[in-house]
Amino acid sequence: MAEVRGFDESKVDDAGLNESIKKLTPEKIQRVVQRVFNKESAARLQVYLNTCVHCGLCAEACHTYVSRDHDPRFAPVSKVRDTIWELIKNKGKVEPEKIKDMARIAFTECGACRRCSMYCPFGIDIAYLILVMRRICNLLGVVPKYLQDTTNSHAATMNQMWVHQDEWIDTLQWQEEEAQFEMPNVRIPLDKEGADVMYSVIAPEPKILAQLLGNMAQIMTVAGIDWTMPATDGWDNSNMAMYSGDFEVMGRVEKLHWETAARLKVKKVVMGECGHAFRGAVYDGPRWLGWQYPPIPMVHAIEFYYDLLKSGRIKVKEKYKEHVTVQDPCNTVRGRGLGHKLRYVIDQLCENFTDIDPRFEHNYCCGAGGGTINCGPPWKPTRMRSTRVKAEQFERTGAGVIITPCHNCHSGIEDIVGHYGLGMHVKFINEIMVDVMEKPEDMG
Amino acid sequence: MADADKVNWQTGKQEIIDINSLTNQFKRVDEYAVSPDGDKIAVLGQAEDDTFTAIVNGEKWPESFELAWYLRFTPHGHLICLARIDDMWTLVVDGKPWENRFEFIWNPQFAKNSPAIALAYKSEFEYGVVVDDKPWENRFQAMRDFTLSPDGKHTAATVQVEPLGEADVFKFFEGVWSVAVDGKAWDSKYINTWRPIFSPDNSSVAAEIRTDIADYSLSVDSRDWSQKYGCVWEPVFSPDGSKVVAPVRHEGAWRMAANGELIWKTRFSQLWKPQFAPGGKKLAAIGSVEFGRWTIVIDDRPWGQTFRDMVLEPVFSPDGNRAAAVVKDENRWTICADGKTWHQDFDMVWDPVFTADSARVLAKVEKDGKYHLAADGSLKMGGFDKFWDPVVEPDGNNLLLRYIEDGKYIREVKKVSDLLG
Repeated sequence: MAEVRGFDESKVDDAGLNESIKKLTPEKIQRVVQRVFNKESAARLQVYLNTCVHCGLCAEACHTYVSRDHDPRFAPVSKVRDTIWELIKNKGKVEPEKIKDMARIAFTECGACRRCSMYCPFGIDIAYLILVMRRICNLLGVVPKYLQDTTNSHAATMNQMWVHQDEWIDTLQWQEEEAQFEMPNVRIPLDKEGADVMYSVIAPEPKILAQLLGNMAQIMTVAGIDWTMPATDGWDNSNMAMYSGDFEVMGRVEKLHWETAARLKVKKVVMGECGHAFRGAVYDGPRWLGWQYPPIPMVHAIEFYYDLLKSGRIKVKEKYKEHVTVQDPCNTVRGRGLGHKLRYVIDQLCENFTDIDPRFEHNYCCGAGGGTINCGPPWKPTRMRSTRVKAEQFERTGAGVIITPCHNCHSGIEDIVGHYGLGMHVKFINEIMVDVMEKPEDMG
Repeated sequence: MADADKVNWQTGKQEIIDINSLTNQFKRVDEYAVSPDGDKIAVLGQAEDDTFTAIVNGEKWPESFELAWYLRFTPHGHLICLARIDDMWTLVVDGKPWENRFEFIWNPQFAKNSPAIALAYKSEFEYGVVVDDKPWENRFQAMRDFTLSPDGKHTAATVQVEPLGEADVFKFFEGVWSVAVDGKAWDSKYINTWRPIFSPDNSSVAAEIRTDIADYSLSVDSRDWSQKYGCVWEPVFSPDGSKVVAPVRHEGAWRMAANGELIWKTRFSQLWKPQFAPGGKKLAAIGSVEFGRWTIVIDDRPWGQTFRDMVLEPVFSPDGNRAAAVVKDENRWTICADGKTWHQDFDMVWDPVFTADSARVLAKVEKDGKYHLAADGSLKMGGFDKFWDPVVEPDGNNLLLRYIEDGKYIREVKKVSDLLG
């Protein structure tokens, strides 16, 4: 397996860290740390920190630690020790350079995947502790540049890729026309009040993967779903602000998303193949806003496809023949338990499937989640160093195609495939389903 | 509805048209639009030659277009759609396109007190607002959240006033966003601005602003409140224009503020959508009194009943003494009026509508795939395939109902007393 040689993570040129710390003073650091510890995170943080017995059982759970030859610096407990614990020990009295180190650890060496929590004998949510560190970094303005830019996009445009409002509508109309080449009666209904389903996506779909929208239009049409997409902001269900520690922007984006669903009077929201967006829209976002649950039922694409196939609304004409394996996304499989439904979908669509090992909730993180891939090109070597175990996992399957029902997994695994020379392809379920489903003759 | 005095309030049931005659002229048909007075029903369709046009009560518009969408009646009864002609976009009003052409237009908005129509537009890769076919002279690199004044003579929007390089996070935090009114940006620049709104007399604009990573406040005509908050939501002017009211996050809880001062004592888990009663005597909002429980709060007093899933904007009665809102609990929708929840629940509920005397609460509801009129919690009539919000005669006793039943579009005016008892 390929190694990343000559790369020193402490010397990465990221202005979001290197330039930002120049504006910090020890006093400001202490003020922000005290705010977060005493006013925002007090009880939960204390319980976790008082419960940990430093046993280190979390270490083997971490893809970063395992991929880096069990270097103890990358064990989850070490990441907490070098960030939050140190701030508590020093009551926030640290130098700006130290904040930079902590930001690097919190943003680029942990994917907030929560695998370690399963292996902790006390179930401590170590990812939460890392996210508290990120919250401190956010309030200090020390966030990797590209991740911060994504959050800035959320704040200004309510989507994560600076998509203008006209570009969104124009792309849907273009994709409707594209899909009509396959099925003339396909529609992408826009702003249709009273539809059963609002379909929501993350901004990379209109920006760089527009064909996924056209595919979904075909699937919705064949399945006979009464659906719509919004013609105003609120269509993006993703939330990198959740991962950069900007909870105010996270809440604003989620508020608009749910207000949009309520405005359109839909009975449920179906979201595309994304994991972090699911977490943002179903868990972290609603709870910051005061909802115990999403105010309108939200169904992830895996569950939606499962229902379509199980009910016979989508029938398979001829199964996909390539040898496939799968990525279990952390936020929908470990976080939501959709692993069995995911395999049902694959079994229905594909004839040659080799499962991953370990799998389900024990699957390793792709290394791109938790906002790590949004930290951008300067940190790609870090991700590659941290995902050797993931590459080995895929290689053992012998498959030619990796199915990844998550945008972060998809992009991160494409990087892994390229870096480690796996010679595999990465596909969304959507791409396979639209190829193999039965399209009634009267639909085109 | 505007121009309610022009509506024919003669009681009776009238079949306007068999809707099959509208749809069978096209190979593809979009949603139906019904005029506020109930006299017209329209569909937008794609003809065999792939052009689009509208049919109103069986009559096709004379012109057709390369592409058209968003067919709607305005509150003043004009039928509009967005249409592409020679690869450029324009608004079509009652079949007649505006003179201006744009690279793109979207998000039509209608004035409260005039027939004015505004749109967001893009030309030469810059953005602005066009009102009644008159575009802003100044355009901006980016624009969001535009709004139209009640008299339809002014518009405001959140605009990007400085160029921003790719991933230039430092310049972003210096502030490149502002509010533009009628195309002229405020002098102040902010990290972000959101949701500008006009005062009732059309003379002032208030907006949410962000001045530091986690510092939020309100600005009125570019004069910022001196107080900073952890977050703010949408402001609203009092009917007399003397106050700007907004929910603010203060010391970890949500409070109601007016002109920069906290006015409600209660600390809420969440607070949003403030609404003044007619005359401004009462102020209502949606509040979360404890985590995960929602209700309506009026003048700092929450209703006794709370709801788990969702509560939508409160609607005041014409006399301002009553309020009602759509609520949702355990995935069932219904109405709560004055803190008392209807016994029946539904698959979906539309905004409550009060009768002119403020005595009764009506709503369009959906149950088992059919639409009904509900009043004070009971189904009164329905089983319709399609149904539009009931319209109440402003100072009278009648109700206008617009629905599709057995393939026919029906306009019906009924006496409130006959229908509701």
